[in-house]
Amino acid sequence: MNIPANLKYTKTDEWFDPSTGKAGLTDYAQSQLSDIVFVEIVVAVGDAVKSGKPIASVESVKAAAESYAPVTAKVAAINEGLADNPEILNSDPYGKGWMIEIEGADVSGLMDAGAYTKYCEERSH
Amino acid sequence: MTENLAVSIVEPTIYDLSSPGRTGVTFPAPDVPKAELPQGLLRSDLPLPELGEVDVVRHYTNLSTFNYNVDNGLYPLGSCTMKYNPKINEDTARLPGFAFAHPLQPVETVQGNLVLMYQLQEWLKEISGFAAVTLQPAAGAHGELTGVLIMHAYHNSRGDIKRKKMLIPDSAHGTNPASSSMSGLEVVQIPSDGRGNLDLAALKAACDETVVGLMLTNPNTLGLFDEHLEEAIQIVHTCGGLVYGDGANLNALLGIIRPGDMGFDLMHFNLHKTFSTPHGGGGPGSGPVGVSEKLADFLPSPIIGIVEEGQDDRLPLYGFLSPAKSIGRIKSFNGHFGMFVRAYTYIAMHGAEGLREIAEYAVLNANYIKARLNGKYAIPYDRTCMHEFVVEGQWAAAPGVRALDIAKRLMDYEFHPPTNYFPLIVHEALMIEPTETENKATLDAFADALIKIAEEAKTQPELLKEAPHKTPFGRMDEVKAARDLVLCCWLPEVNE
Repeated sequence: MNIPANLKYTKTDEWFDPSTGKAGLTDYAQSQLSDIVFVEIVVAVGDAVKSGKPIASVESVKAAAESYAPVTAKVAAINEGLADNPEILNSDPYGKGWMIEIEGADVSGLMDAGAYTKYCEERSH
Repeated sequence: MTENLAVSIVEPTIYDLSSPGRTGVTFPAPDVPKAELPQGLLRSDLPLPELGEVDVVRHYTNLSTFNYNVDNGLYPLGSCTMKYNPKINEDTARLPGFAFAHPLQPVETVQGNLVLMYQLQEWLKEISGFAAVTLQPAAGAHGELTGVLIMHAYHNSRGDIKRKKMLIPDSAHGTNPASSSMSGLEVVQIPSDGRGNLDLAALKAACDETVVGLMLTNPNTLGLFDEHLEEAIQIVHTCGGLVYGDGANLNALLGIIRPGDMGFDLMHFNLHKTFSTPHGGGGPGSGPVGVSEKLADFLPSPIIGIVEEGQDDRLPLYGFLSPAKSIGRIKSFNGHFGMFVRAYTYIAMHGAEGLREIAEYAVLNANYIKARLNGKYAIPYDRTCMHEFVVEGQWAAAPGVRALDIAKRLMDYEFHPPTNYFPLIVHEALMIEPTETENKATLDAFADALIKIAEEAKTQPELLKEAPHKTPFGRMDEVKAARDLVLCCWLPEVNE
C-alpha cells in the first residue's frame, strides 16, 4: 500500500498535502472501494469547508461513500476533471486524483504517514 | 465476458428478431375518414421492433427461463428476507371484489376492502406494539421518509425547532441516511462497538438538544440483537429525541418481542419482506408505518377507521379518517392495496402461533448455516445470530479472492448469491439470510456449496475468479455497466 511520507492523513481515509494544499482519497480507501465509477465534488471554489464535513460523493461497484474535508479551510480549487474520469481515483489517488485544493489550514489534528500506516494495518486484520 | 458453453443458448435481442412489416395485430378497417399525422410528428429514427405475437411471446418466455427466483431456489439475500410467497396470496388478491375495486368508489360499496385494511392496521399494531398504523407508504424507504417527516413534525409542533440531526449507526441500511437527508436533516454516524452493538459512549456524546432522533435496525444488519437496546433508547429519549425502528429485520422478532414494548417510538414494516408479498421485480413493495400514542396524530391522512358505529341490526361503516396534525398524504389513493390483501392472507393463515414459529425457524435456519460455516469462513462478531449473519469472503491462504468471486461461483452451484459488500463495517462482507421457508436439505446443500468454494479458493482460485461458468452469460463487466450508461442499441438524434 502506498502511503507517502510527506502527506497528512485522516481517520476517514483522506490525505492532505500541507505544501500544496491539495487533498484527496488515500490509496487504502480506493483499494477498499475497488473500481470507482462515479465521483461528485459537493463543494465549490470559495466555500468554507469544515473538517469532517462531506466534500465529495464517491461510488464504486461495491459501495457508495462520502469523502470528508481533512481540515477546516477555504476551497481554492476543485479538480474538475474527476467527474468524467473517476477511474483516476484508482490509478493515481495522490496525483491526478486530487479532489480539492484548500488554503490556510491547521494540520495539527491529522495523522502522519507512520500513524496512518498503523491505522490501516489495524483495520485490515 | 468469458467464453461460455451456455452462450449458444442465449436469446437474440428483440431488435435482432425484428423483420420489416411483421406485426402482432391487425387493425380493423377504419370507419372514419383517413387523416395523415401532422408533419413533424412522424419520426424515421424510431426503430421499434416489428414482430408477430408468437415471436414476442417466445422471446420473453425464453428470457424468463434465465431468471433465478424464489420459486426455483434458495434466495439467501441478507437483509432482504426473500422468503417464499405462498400461492394462496395470489388467489385472494385476485378475488374480483379486491382485484376490480376502484380506489374512488364510494366507501359504502367497498366495505369489505376497507374492513380488510382496517383489520390489517389492527394486526400490525398488535404484532408491533404500536398505537396506530398507516398503510400508505409504497415501500420501506418511503416508510422511512414518512417516519422522519412524522418525527420532525412532532418536534416542530412542540415549538422544539432546533432539532436538525439524525443519528444513524454505521451498520445501517443506506436508505436511513438517504431518508434523513431528503428530509433536510444532518446525518451523524454512530460507530458500532466490538460486539456489533451500538457504541453507547459515542451515542451519548452525540446526543444533545439538536437531535431529532436515532434510526435503529434491531436486530441490526449483522443479524445481531443489540445487547444494550433499552439503554440506547433511554439515552436518546433523555435528550428529547425519538427512536425510529427500521423494520427490515422484523422477521426475527415476530410473536416474540414487540418494538413498541422495547421503547421504539415508530417503525416501518416491509410487507414485501416479513409478510410474504412479492419482493423485487414482482412487487410493488409496501411499507406501512406504526407509531406510538404521542405520534398518532401526525400520521399521513387518511387512515382507515370506523366512521359510523354499528348497532344491533347494522354493521359499523368503515371509511377514511384524518389524524388531527397529519403530515398530509404521502401516496396517491390508498397505498398498494393488492399487497394488503396478500399480507392479510399471510397473517390470517399463520395466526399468532404461526407467526412466532416463522421467527423461530428464521433464527434457527440462520444459526444452522452459521454453525456449518464456522471454521471455514471468518465470522466477525461471532455471537448467536438472529435471522441472518455476516461472514468475511476472504482468506489469507487465498490472496486475490474476494467476496464477489465467491458470490459468482455460488451461481455455478445453482444458488443465488447472498448480499455482498454490506454492511460496510465487515471486510468483503457476505450477508446470509436463509429465511424460515427452507428445509434442512436445502440449507445443507447451500452450506456444502459454500464449504466447497472455500476449498476451491485455496486450491483452484481461477475457478472463482472466472466464475460463473454455467450461467447463460459469464462474468459481467460491472465497471463498464456502472460507467457506461448507454443501454440501448440506438438513441434518437438530438435536434441541435
